[in-house]
Amino acid sequence: MSQKVLDALRAKFGDAVVATESQHGDEVALVKRDKLVAIATWLRDDPAMAFEVPVFVTCIDLLDWRPVKAPGQPSSTRPAWDNVDGKAPRFEVCWQLRSFSRRHRLRLKVALVENDLKVASLTPLWSGFDWQERETFDMYGVEFQGHPDLRRIYLYDEFVGHPLRKDYPKEKRQPLVRRSDLVGDH
Amino acid sequence: MLELVTTKLEDVANWGRKFSLFSYPFVTACCGMEFMSVAAPKYDIARFGAEFPRFSPRQSDLLMIVGTITEKQGPALKRVYDQMAEPKWVIAFGVCASTGGFYQNYHAMPGADQVIPVDVYIPGCPPRPEQVLDALILLQERVARRDGHSQLRLKREKIVLEQARAREDD
Repeated sequence: MSQKVLDALRAKFGDAVVATESQHGDEVALVKRDKLVAIATWLRDDPAMAFEVPVFVTCIDLLDWRPVKAPGQPSSTRPAWDNVDGKAPRFEVCWQLRSFSRRHRLRLKVALVENDLKVASLTPLWSGFDWQERETFDMYGVEFQGHPDLRRIYLYDEFVGHPLRKDYPKEKRQPLVRRSDLVGDH
Repeated sequence: MLELVTTKLEDVANWGRKFSLFSYPFVTACCGMEFMSVAAPKYDIARFGAEFPRFSPRQSDLLMIVGTITEKQGPALKRVYDQMAEPKWVIAFGVCASTGGFYQNYHAMPGADQVIPVDVYIPGCPPRPEQVLDALILLQERVARRDGHSQLRLKREKIVLEQARAREDD
């Protein structure tokens, strides 16, 4: 549907676009972390791209993730996606963009390894990403650099950890208050 | 003789209380729809005298916890409860308020009774209006029997106080 966006992106930025994917009318581009802002600025400002609408930000935890293995193919069907400077990525942060005037959309992704969860914030470009980047920080611990107000948005400040990570214990609770006649951690 | 008069007086007061419960609906989730249904003319909670929702906990004596309570809401719920004047009663409306329901995760509290005492639990997701009316009748019986948690607490505190006085006299 908007394959031409991916083609234009590749023509303009070449190596900064690590991989692209096009499925069911959804175009996805995995880009290099240090080129994210340049690419996003161009996507917003170029009249042929004109992505004026920020749709959502979220994060994907790839812990224990295995691609669906197609018969006759090697175990990893997407080598370019699973390699960040030689390491397997733990998280993929993705920004969904949309253009009403050009009638196309694009999902930008950045892969992050576990001990380096820093990525540039796109809130300075689209202020609509503000709260959603805060939510992504709250739930996954991704640090958006350049975000004007990176605090927890849903959970309380006393909360330790990031609950939507796959390694957060499912039943772990962090109560703020309990009746004094109840003993123990629930 | 004096004791007889005071107990009879309290019975009269409880008779009045049970037919004029002023509720404070602490509505947090979808059970609120069912609460509206109970309050509206079809099921009409007014038939049992509890039709007058107050918008301040200080003016109410029945706290209805309608919906999921999250851990973040815990302090707010505790504060609302503490602001109510004694004697007071609490109904956990629906399975989330009673036990946490189908939530078993980082954010949902496993029942409002983790934070405040609860008199009557209504199961159901959401409960039928009939169940709510049944719970209200149950609560009215408790009020008349002086079995509500705050009534029992007052009684306990009174006994402790009397024992302390008796020890002082000795």
